[in-house]
Amino acid sequence: MKTPQTLPRFSATFDPHSISEIRRAAATGIYDIRGGGAKRKLPNFDDLLFLGASVSRYPLEGYREKCGTDVVLGTRFAKKPIHLKTPVTIAGMSFGALSGPAKESLGRGANAAGTSTTTGDGGMTPEERGHSSILVYQYLPSRYGMNPDDLRKADAIEVVIGQGAKPGGGGMLLGQKISERVAHMRCLPEGIDQRSACRHPDWTGPDDLEIKIAELREITDWEKPIYVKIGATRPYYDVALAVKAGADVIVLDGMQGGTAATQEVFIEHVGIPLLAAIRPAVQSLQDLGMHRKVQLIVSGGIRNGADVAKALALGADAVAIGSAALIAIGDNDPLLEDEYRKLGTTAGAYDDWHEGRDPAGITTQDPELMKRIDPVMAGRRLANYLSVMTMEAQVIARACGKSHLHNLEPEDLVALTVEASAMAKVPLAGTDWIPGQRY
Amino acid sequence: MESINFDLNSTPLREINQYLHGAPETLKGKSVTIANPNGAHNIAVGLKADLEVTIQGHAGYYAAGMNQLAKVSIEGSAGTGVAENMMSGMVHVKGFASNAAGATAQGGLLVIDGDAGLRCGISLKGADIVIGGSVGSFSAFMAQAGNLVILGDAGEALGDSLYEARIFVRGKVHSLGADCEEKPMQEADRKILVDLLEKSGHADISPDSFKLFGSARTLYNFHVDNAGAY
Repeated sequence: MKTPQTLPRFSATFDPHSISEIRRAAATGIYDIRGGGAKRKLPNFDDLLFLGASVSRYPLEGYREKCGTDVVLGTRFAKKPIHLKTPVTIAGMSFGALSGPAKESLGRGANAAGTSTTTGDGGMTPEERGHSSILVYQYLPSRYGMNPDDLRKADAIEVVIGQGAKPGGGGMLLGQKISERVAHMRCLPEGIDQRSACRHPDWTGPDDLEIKIAELREITDWEKPIYVKIGATRPYYDVALAVKAGADVIVLDGMQGGTAATQEVFIEHVGIPLLAAIRPAVQSLQDLGMHRKVQLIVSGGIRNGADVAKALALGADAVAIGSAALIAIGDNDPLLEDEYRKLGTTAGAYDDWHEGRDPAGITTQDPELMKRIDPVMAGRRLANYLSVMTMEAQVIARACGKSHLHNLEPEDLVALTVEASAMAKVPLAGTDWIPGQRY
Repeated sequence: MESINFDLNSTPLREINQYLHGAPETLKGKSVTIANPNGAHNIAVGLKADLEVTIQGHAGYYAAGMNQLAKVSIEGSAGTGVAENMMSGMVHVKGFASNAAGATAQGGLLVIDGDAGLRCGISLKGADIVIGGSVGSFSAFMAQAGNLVILGDAGEALGDSLYEARIFVRGKVHSLGADCEEKPMQEADRKILVDLLEKSGHADISPDSFKLFGSARTLYNFHVDNAGAY
């Protein structure tokens, strides 16, 4: 008689992905580099629910009663704050990391929706300025392509200290994507790996940052809102220091926020999820008496109008989207599945953006591949998506009885998990318990 | 030449900078003096006209930052980031300069008669810098293009992760950074050096007394065998 056998048992610790990564590292001797943000499961906005109106709350009529969505950014010091029709903005992404047509698509979509786009490492292209009615100019440690004429052309300036995918890390654009034009803009030889510095070259610490922000204001005659972008790590203190340094707007990017390229270990193991970062940031602003005076834009894994509404209810003034905007213009489209298979991946999982072989023509500088993206159509898709997100947020806000998205508040939310309750500082659903606040 | 005189003791910096940001065609050829700078930050930043500005004393951070076309003279010492990201024109510091002098500058000429601190010419992108004295450590870190001429000594890790900038040193180099090496001085290099010595008031110094340093270009594309150098 055959002896009964136990089924083969796979390790929960050494799961298939971990094993494949050990094998890959052993074969190549180098860490894995990829684009995108954290892919592991993290506490996120799905762990929160809105309570909606009932006997004790009064809802607004869906199609008849107004629910405002606009936001003004830069009211603290700038002579010319920017006014957006929707609180969903497009996050910083560079020409270089993205193709010219992809940047044009983002500009067209944002224009139609009445919101802003943002440059990235490598500077501002004339096409980008031309296709974006409201353009935020990133001021980065590398200063690639940075010049005062473009500062003056911008509608706002974003001093980038870090980003959620890699707080504490610099940029990386591998040689495959350093085309002649990209190299020229960055003043580098063509085809070399471009490493961007992780620290600004001419200031260190918050006291210096204050002088740097003053310099940018002086150069632009105090017209432009100055944003400070930080990767989510110690949001309470970083926000306080940015406010002290004179920021008009804080951009807070959680670890789900994407990057064009960095080490997988960096993306997945440094920084904190957006859900955990918003409340400390808002608390910091409130403690300084600056909530709503210094605006807070949050980013990192925003997908739909519910995420927008939850971010705003927790105290943000606006959100920024990057990965979702790329999906809207065609990234990881299942229609390209055959080509993703040839690259050893599948639609929905493609993240080797640094290699410059993107079948969708978005994260590439290959002239043939980038022909695949039609900026007019892609821009229309992004505009549609932005419109849907805004309307979804309005649906929720009206259900909670709010005549403006900014009237949403933590009191409208409950959490589904103890973790989310602790991070968002809203009660666990069906209880009045917030971990760490009441026993 | 029409001369306009400001005094920072009585006129706010904002007002002076606003004046200096006037229409370039109106400001062209004018001479502006700024008395009593007393280490104020952000003096004469973002200029974009062909005029002369004299700062009559010590300047704080970012003096003449992002300069375009203007000729700015600082009759004292300058704080961090003097002429940072300069695009064109000339900035002359008659005293010493603090850290990050000429950082990321893309064009124009920065002359410092005395010493410069740490990270002089960091991420230089095409400008020329001439230092009459010595420079601190990490100077020309990741310098991409342009020329750094040092008449004195250089501190530790000179030219670390250098790209295509040239570094001319007359004195002692305490140590070279990763991927920076001494190079033979070709005729074209020598011509550049002679020209910069002349423009900076050091025409009497022989170019033969300098050594040239540049990138070994071994770190231009990542290779696992070089991991220890990163």
